[in-house]
Amino acid sequence: MTTALALGAVALASLVVYALLGGADYGGGIWDLLASGPRKVAQRDLVERAIGPIWEANHVWLILVVVVLFTGFPAAFGAISTTLFVPITLLLFGIVLRGAAFTFRAYADGDALQARWGLVFSASSVLAPLTLGAVVGALASGRLRVAPDGTPRSDPMAWLTPFSASTGLLAAALFAFLAAAYLAVEADGDLRRDFRARAGAAGAAVFAAALLAAVLSWREAPLVFEGLTARPWSLPLHLATGAAALLAFWALWTDRVRAARFFAAAQAALIVVGWGAAQYPFLVVPDVTLAGAAAPARTQVLLLWALGAGALTLIPSLWLLFRVFKGPLLRASGAGPGQRG
Amino acid sequence: MPDLLAARWLFGLSLAFHIVFAAVGVAMPLLMVLAEWRWRRTGAAVYLDLSRRWAKGVAILFAVGAVSGTVISFELGLLWPRFMAFAGPIIGMPFSLEGFAFFAEAIFLGLFLYGRERISPRLHFLSGVLVALSGALSAFFVTLANVWMNHPAGFDLVLGRAEAVDPLVAMFPAGWAEQVVHVLISSYAATAVAVAGIHAWFLRRAPTDPFHRAALGVVLPVAVLASLLQPVSGDFSARRIAGTQPVKLAALEGHFHTGRYAPLRLGGLPDAATAETRWALELPAGLSLLAFHDPGAEVKGLLDFPRDTWPDPLKVHLAFQVMVGLGTALAALSAAVLLLWWRRRALPVDRWLLGALVLAAPAGFLALEAGWLVTEWGRQPFTIWGVMRTADAVTPVSSLTVPLVAFAALYVLLGTTVAVLLWRQILHAAPGARHAGEQP
Repeated sequence: MTTALALGAVALASLVVYALLGGADYGGGIWDLLASGPRKVAQRDLVERAIGPIWEANHVWLILVVVVLFTGFPAAFGAISTTLFVPITLLLFGIVLRGAAFTFRAYADGDALQARWGLVFSASSVLAPLTLGAVVGALASGRLRVAPDGTPRSDPMAWLTPFSASTGLLAAALFAFLAAAYLAVEADGDLRRDFRARAGAAGAAVFAAALLAAVLSWREAPLVFEGLTARPWSLPLHLATGAAALLAFWALWTDRVRAARFFAAAQAALIVVGWGAAQYPFLVVPDVTLAGAAAPARTQVLLLWALGAGALTLIPSLWLLFRVFKGPLLRASGAGPGQRG
Repeated sequence: MPDLLAARWLFGLSLAFHIVFAAVGVAMPLLMVLAEWRWRRTGAAVYLDLSRRWAKGVAILFAVGAVSGTVISFELGLLWPRFMAFAGPIIGMPFSLEGFAFFAEAIFLGLFLYGRERISPRLHFLSGVLVALSGALSAFFVTLANVWMNHPAGFDLVLGRAEAVDPLVAMFPAGWAEQVVHVLISSYAATAVAVAGIHAWFLRRAPTDPFHRAALGVVLPVAVLASLLQPVSGDFSARRIAGTQPVKLAALEGHFHTGRYAPLRLGGLPDAATAETRWALELPAGLSLLAFHDPGAEVKGLLDFPRDTWPDPLKVHLAFQVMVGLGTALAALSAAVLLLWWRRRALPVDRWLLGALVLAAPAGFLALEAGWLVTEWGRQPFTIWGVMRTADAVTPVSSLTVPLVAFAALYVLLGTTVAVLLWRQILHAAPGARHAGEQP
């Protein structure tokens, strides 16, 4: 395994974790937007309670992806930034407004500002996954062209295609699915039933969006289509993804919410890994490869060491964070955040 | 607006906005932990209340800092892709380590803000300490990247490409300690001075209010210490620049003609066309003395350097004067506070002093912004000193005025909302704030 491949694997793994954790936070915002029925307020409160202590930590995974990209694959970072200027800028607006609005709303108890920022929070929670998914789809589509010196050769709007729209929808559906599956674990009674039903609906939307993206990829992203159908690992990967999806539905149906959370996460992780594998060895199809964009060897080795050392501090801290807020303690106390009194 | 100018405005605006929240993110957790510590030591409920309220402020300000910092990390590529393609492998190390410091900050802030009822008091306090430490560590790493732009090291330039890259050498270029210390102290000074000013404002209205007295008692030592240390740190920085970036020093001081016994100019407007600085108060041999600690030292003037490597002396000199002027004023005010405190052995709350603190409240942040402009404008026309010009680093993407306007509107919206929320939710709601009456 080359160092470039190892760094690529780290970037993909960080993106998987970002989808599983940060993605679910966006999904929470989507359920805030779609809150309905007699327990509308309780649904929104649960979302706020669930993501409040952890969203900032979850967000850092995206920063890690960016940093690994510009340190380890500087040419790719330049190519991605120039060809995807428009959707990345939109993504930034989604990220900034989501984070700021969530906090403004949480700390504006009884303030007239609260309702308005609540709407901004939920709307930007939809914008961010749509644009993030579109960025990923565009990278795989083969429509983004870059000269060897990094100058973009494609139109600034080349990223916007039916295929990238379908991957945007897929990301939004997937994040909503994850969020509902996670929230069901943290809810009781009727509220849990609400989120089990929502997870089921979102799971169906994931299936539909994935099918649409696969069909569109036949014409619009041939390399992805080949990856999805014709590589030696294609069939086992689809079988595993499909099995995780079916098990998630079964667990939701039978009220095994912890199992549902696990299988939903497994399904999402397999989808992201499947995308990464399908476009290997390209970072931007078809002009930028892992090896072609890689930084000098010494930088790659040092970066791997830095990532390893960082992981030694990160993993125990994250374990503590999730144990405190997502472990059994949560159900026992059941109270809102300590600072909100 | 030309795209290069729009790119510089957009990046400058994003940094000017972010830098305030970044500085607060470094210093405010320290204040919050100090209040918490006082509560643990004294058991006085007022300190617990203080820690909680400051923590609420940290929560709002940190969130905006986190997302505005994300904008910066993407804009490095969106606006300066050629700079990043060149510099990424060289200075990626401090950025990746900063990523982990940021992780720690976010994780332990979550535990501190939301975990009070869920974790032991000791772990809760430790979380706060770790937030303060990792905040300082983040600033440390990020500043290292900026130091490298001023003093590029750790590579050989071969036909415009970087060869023999050594990120460890690049991480600690000449002058790293001076700049990192200066930036860290500026964060503590700016934040503590601003917080002291806010509580002083309330104390002027309700001089006996225990809440604001407690707040001033915690924050004032930090403000005084940082403000007194900053001129010393500034002296080290200026002497470093005199050695490594003489053209920048010449621009800072509006100094055109090389010579011994160079004067220090207070105020004045440098005019690049006529190569003189008019209307300045000149202190004979002052610049030689400050820059080299020798009145007879020769200081190179701008005219000794090729015209196309000059920064704009007018902008740089003015920003430098603002920074030094405000910094000196804050140090003088801090000395006065210290003297009164020491003579009375009690927190000084004289009306005139509180008034001065209120007036000084924005001074630290203004000095910090001015100092940042000095570094950035002073490095022009280069983005990497002597290696890459800003004009060569910019993106080929056009119509950058559109994102410029959009982000400017976003920052105005966020800045206003933060101010309103801090006012209504934290200060107005403070127990002592009832005297503040029906302010909006």
